[in-house]
Amino acid sequence: MTARPAVFTKFRDVQAELERSGSAIFRDADGVESLIIRNPYAITYIHSYAEDSPFFLGLAEGRLRGSKCRKPKCGFVYATPRGHCMVCGAPTEWVDLPTKGRVHSWTTCHFGSEAFLKETPYNLAMVEFDGVGSLLLVRLKECVESDLYVGMPVEARFDPQPKYSITDVWFVPSH
Amino acid sequence: MPARRKAPKRRESVRPVRKLTPTTNARKVYMITGGVTKFAKAHPAMDFRLMVKRAYDYALKGVPNLTPDRIDGSRISYFSDHFTRQLKAASMVQDYLGLNPKGSVRIEWGGATGGECFQAGYEAVASGRMDLCVAAGFETMSRVATWKGNEFIALASDTNFDFPLGGFYTGYYALMVVRHIYEYVRQTKFASVPDEREAQRLAIAEASRIMSKVSVKNHLNALHNPYAQYPKRLTIEDVLRSEMISYPLTREQICTMSDGAACAVFATEERAKEFTDRPVRIIGVGTGTDTMRLADRPFGKVPLLPHERPRDYEDLPYPGIHSFRAGRAAGMEAYKMAGITRPNTELDFIELHDAYASSEIQTYEDLGLCKYGEGYDFTERGDPFLKGIDYGFPVPKAGAIPVNPSGGLIACGHPVGATGLMQAVFAFWQLQETIAKHFQDPALQLARPERGAIHSHAGTGSSVTVSILERGFR
Repeated sequence: MTARPAVFTKFRDVQAELERSGSAIFRDADGVESLIIRNPYAITYIHSYAEDSPFFLGLAEGRLRGSKCRKPKCGFVYATPRGHCMVCGAPTEWVDLPTKGRVHSWTTCHFGSEAFLKETPYNLAMVEFDGVGSLLLVRLKECVESDLYVGMPVEARFDPQPKYSITDVWFVPSH
Repeated sequence: MPARRKAPKRRESVRPVRKLTPTTNARKVYMITGGVTKFAKAHPAMDFRLMVKRAYDYALKGVPNLTPDRIDGSRISYFSDHFTRQLKAASMVQDYLGLNPKGSVRIEWGGATGGECFQAGYEAVASGRMDLCVAAGFETMSRVATWKGNEFIALASDTNFDFPLGGFYTGYYALMVVRHIYEYVRQTKFASVPDEREAQRLAIAEASRIMSKVSVKNHLNALHNPYAQYPKRLTIEDVLRSEMISYPLTREQICTMSDGAACAVFATEERAKEFTDRPVRIIGVGTGTDTMRLADRPFGKVPLLPHERPRDYEDLPYPGIHSFRAGRAAGMEAYKMAGITRPNTELDFIELHDAYASSEIQTYEDLGLCKYGEGYDFTERGDPFLKGIDYGFPVPKAGAIPVNPSGGLIACGHPVGATGLMQAVFAFWQLQETIAKHFQDPALQLARPERGAIHSHAGTGSSVTVSILERGFR
């Protein structure tokens, strides 16, 4: 007969025990015991960028591309591309965005979700471009929290070894 | 094994099309009872079914004449299949409550899941489809570690463009409040500071101090709410000094992950009278939406509430990333249906989706409690605070329109699929004037409230619900 899993009265201790042995018993303030097991789950998705594909292929070539409404009367330009115009519903075409812009807003993340915890602290910025109607969310590098402000001029950098992710582009302060 | 019954003979005839006479119309809908579990970091001794059962049983205890056979069906909500790792969990709730084979639908609408479930329950009765409908919701967020939970929540942002940058909702809300502060504090109180970076830092410090008051308020109110997860007495300094999560938002300005369930029961006027002498009527419902990506928000004009004028917002690009257009739209629809033209005098309180202290202040403006840009001053004046509670700083206008008298999400917790229904139950008890009975503490009971609103909010403001509840008895 195998031993019963170890009993804990603090829930945070349960997690450590699960990592160690795979099972634990939690006893609550009323004395109720619950058996808890470790239950891992991993998935690999076959993710298609579909109509957004040219944007990510563009990043790999060092090009930042937005989209522009094809309807001449509308002509709305999107920094974060959309296959169809949000304003009038017409299809859009690909346009090159300026590689220089300004910080519309920013933050420094000292925590993140599990996948990004090891990268903290990192800066996020919403970038605005002249002549473009919407914004682009990016990482802001080569600067720290105390450097940042709304209106700060920034420019794009591209990963020479693209991973085909939005992180293939980032911005840095432009001087 | 029971003997197999003979299949009935099928008659292969074409029946004439019968003309239907519609029998439904929008009807008056009342909430007749509600229940919540205590919200906690973890409820390992209860799975989601048992949690909902506890909230449901508590609700039914409030209407002793209501037997389950009188229930026509249910609407059941939870946000994330990732947290449960059990698809069709709503079917399992329906099953556990013993409500089969009555009709039921699962509701999911991001952070506004609970608020949407409330409206789905309302609609089932308003449409004439049901005379009596149970709306119940839950979330079991303790099933993964906190930062994995943050990842699940961040999957409710665009996974091509937003998630891979850091996948972090607090980061998104920080981006929004930094711009909100730039629009409304930097440009006003610090307009004369010549150095741009310094002016913005001063504005952020000033706004953070005021945001901290919201956190102090909600945690302190919750000291009188036994269902709350994190009731505590804090000072402004405690809030500011708590761990920096995403600049400028600190840990105490952010709601937490929770396990919990809540339940509300809706009925027609006739049924309501049968089961309670203190029904609460739902007089307005509204929903609003906005772009999934914050980056796509337009820079247009403010949709005006009846008490606002175009000149109030002449140079304000709206909503940009500083305000929640979906919250404004939801409020406008609900107010119109209810006939509300002056929300800050016609409502007696609001249970508001304060996932962040910053978004509570932003939402004061969206819901028209004050004008856009006045949220910080409105907080400083004390309008959203409760009278008779010592917050440790002056609140001259306390009691004007209490916001989150229960403690809100920041102090009660945010088990997503239950949250909007929790707000409904607390609002229901307020309007019934039964807070003392349910909380075993009368401190949070407002004096004869007539009308209150509940507000449930998803994503970076991509969907919002507002519902208006009114005392339905004399």
